[in-house]
Amino acid sequence: MLQAFDHHPHDQSAARGSSCGLCCTTVDDLSVFRGGKPIVEKVNLHIHCGEITALVGPNGAGKTTLLKAILGELPHSGSLNYLDAAGERSGKPRIGYVPQRLDFDLNSPVSVMDLFQASKGWRPTWLFPSRRLRGPARDILARVQADHLLDRRLGALSGGELQRVLLALALNPIPDLLLLDEPISGVDYKGMQLFYTIVGELKKEYDLSIILVSHDLPALIKLADRVVFLNRTVQSSGSPAEVLNHPDFLQAFGLDSHSLELLGALKLPREACP
Amino acid sequence: MSELHALIGMLPFEWAQLEFMQYALLAIILVAPLFTMLGTLVVNNRMAFFSDTLGHSALTGIALGVLLGISDPLWAMLVFAMIVALSINYIKNRTGVSTDTAIGVLSATAVALGIAILSRGGGFARYSRYLIGDLLSITPQDIIGLALVLFMVFLIMLGASNQLLLVSINSSLARSRGVHVGLVELLFTLSLAVVVTISLQWIGILIINSLLILPAAAARNWCRDMKSYHLITFIIILLCGVAGLIVSFYWNMATGATIVLLIAVVYVISLVFHRS
Repeated sequence: MLQAFDHHPHDQSAARGSSCGLCCTTVDDLSVFRGGKPIVEKVNLHIHCGEITALVGPNGAGKTTLLKAILGELPHSGSLNYLDAAGERSGKPRIGYVPQRLDFDLNSPVSVMDLFQASKGWRPTWLFPSRRLRGPARDILARVQADHLLDRRLGALSGGELQRVLLALALNPIPDLLLLDEPISGVDYKGMQLFYTIVGELKKEYDLSIILVSHDLPALIKLADRVVFLNRTVQSSGSPAEVLNHPDFLQAFGLDSHSLELLGALKLPREACP
Repeated sequence: MSELHALIGMLPFEWAQLEFMQYALLAIILVAPLFTMLGTLVVNNRMAFFSDTLGHSALTGIALGVLLGISDPLWAMLVFAMIVALSINYIKNRTGVSTDTAIGVLSATAVALGIAILSRGGGFARYSRYLIGDLLSITPQDIIGLALVLFMVFLIMLGASNQLLLVSINSSLARSRGVHVGLVELLFTLSLAVVVTISLQWIGILIINSLLILPAAAARNWCRDMKSYHLITFIIILLCGVAGLIVSFYWNMATGATIVLLIAVVYVISLVFHRS
């Protein structure tokens, strides 16, 4: 079940002909038009393995649109390419997706096991026994400290538990690119801490490329290796300190650098400001 | 077919000796798995309003059949129901219109158009049998047709039900796992259109949707996973179906309505004694 991982980021000598050196996913010149108007325009991103790239921007900046384009759900121009460190495998990345807080019916009689069985082939959950799938499903859930939730109903899970289950699902099989779309909105503080701790560990363990969309700036500052400020197109990108202290960013969020400090966890070298 | 027939005839009950009751019982045995597969999905994927519209649109289907001079309007009904299913799918996926509003408008228009055409010259009473349905009028040919539809829907659901389960949780999530959301939704809505249309001559336009939704809605109040959800839904339809058939025979009431009434009682019980 746990697939051998084929990223070798430290094997620098193997990287040849790649625009980003190490294994990475690139978004090249991606635009999404709706009704002739650009929602997202000429976005270029390099998402490195073993890094969390946070996507920030005001509401309506096109973050969700960009994610849906990357998922292949919206028609778009430009391209999405994956290249592993050895330069051996390239093409479309295998994507794992953790959606925003789900609005499914809480009374739904779907158990966590059903969700795993349904995503594991065609055999209908209601017709075929799940015995042989239970062990592997429990192992995958254990990665996110959720193995005790196997027989619980999705609707009976807390917000944090549900997001961890969805994270486990997105990690099976291990994706080239993991998309987290505001994964902790509506999750309590403890659940949020646990979720981010697990994401941080998984990032190291599986050398994952992660795109995280979140409004939770303090968490981003702690967690993200790189921040991309999106407002229809990429306005700025770089380390959290660089982007979050950028005047354009502060203006878009109605902040000043003082209020960022108040948000906590931000110990920025001031010289990082352009 | 004739063996089954003979088997039912061996039951030591007065009603079981009558040929139309034997066929009706066979029909219920076939309808139970069919409505279990579709009803559980309709409720989980929140499409109750959609299936309701499919039933109502049958009135316009009948009217079109009459206008075209077809003696058995079933084919006209089937074609029209499929057109309605495709239209709603299109509205849902391609336009920004709220699905509820769009379906409501479509439903009301279909009913009004159907009644307007069928009532021309004051002859609507001829078609009231479609409103109420008559399970006891079912013929051996109908039963063979029903068995074929059951087989087809079973095959479609074998391939599509897991994918539809993922869609019911989140369509982006489903897509990220390789589900062709548009295709499985299309297969599902077309199956639903066919099943609703062929069944409503026996169940009735007015209550067909209740037979589809109530058993699954009741089962949801008890079940924690998909296996028990399907099993309980199946048992509810089968038991209430047979009981409704017998009760309606002795009390001389419409069979479809009696069955739905019994299922409604089960639903109320499930609301009171639901899972913790």
